[in-house]
Amino acid sequence: MTDRFLKRYSYNITANDFMSAGKGSSSIKSNLKSLGIDANIIRRIAIISYEIEINIVIHSFGGKLHCDIYENKIVIVSEDIGPGIKDIDMAMTEGFSTATDSVRELGFGAGMGLPNIKKYSEGLEINTGSTGTLIIATINL
Amino acid sequence: MIIKEIVDIVKADVLTNYNDGNTELKYGFASDLMSDVLAYARSDSLLITGLNNPQVIRTVEMLDINAVLFVRGKVPCSEVIELAKENCITILATEYTMFKTCGLLVMNGMKGLEIDD
Repeated sequence: MTDRFLKRYSYNITANDFMSAGKGSSSIKSNLKSLGIDANIIRRIAIISYEIEINIVIHSFGGKLHCDIYENKIVIVSEDIGPGIKDIDMAMTEGFSTATDSVRELGFGAGMGLPNIKKYSEGLEINTGSTGTLIIATINL
Repeated sequence: MIIKEIVDIVKADVLTNYNDGNTELKYGFASDLMSDVLAYARSDSLLITGLNNPQVIRTVEMLDINAVLFVRGKVPCSEVIELAKENCITILATEYTMFKTCGLLVMNGMKGLEIDD
């Protein structure tokens, strides 16, 4: 299989909208199922995509979530507008979180988001600055 | 452990049921932190939680977990029930605390997950 690009699914993610958070990842999951991708790989992609989606909802002013399908890999890309990640090394540490108490009451902010994304992907790139964050997570097929 | 046994052991109300009577849930995973659930739970687990919002259902949907047990007398909100129906997820609710619920299930043979499983 080559790295030929096949298709992109895109979703707008709204900041602080906890009722809708997860809709994009749910749709990505259904689309991947309809493409006949292996269930274990879909599960890994769904976890990555959902963690990224929740991060956009919690930490940014809003953004976009993309799922790019290639012949030999799936790439989850997120682009958000927001304050960026101040300390990536700390953010990659299990248990470290800058989430507020109100976010924790909703079940998030356990400090497992980025570590989970890294755990389930084969490649992870993070470009962050004071105006926003770009995350690219790759899962090989 | 099958759903019927779980219902009997923790005296649960069955709010939605999509499990075959013989489908076995091998493990229990108890948490109110959904990122921990995403990090450690497996698809053949029962999620035991006191968190009552739609993200509980979104979390189990991503993991292919098909049964959730709400503890401490939490009555799942309508958004939770609707989302569970959309995703064919079984919802149970018990008056017992999380500690007592887990204790009873373990005493009756349900296994806990190891972090490295």
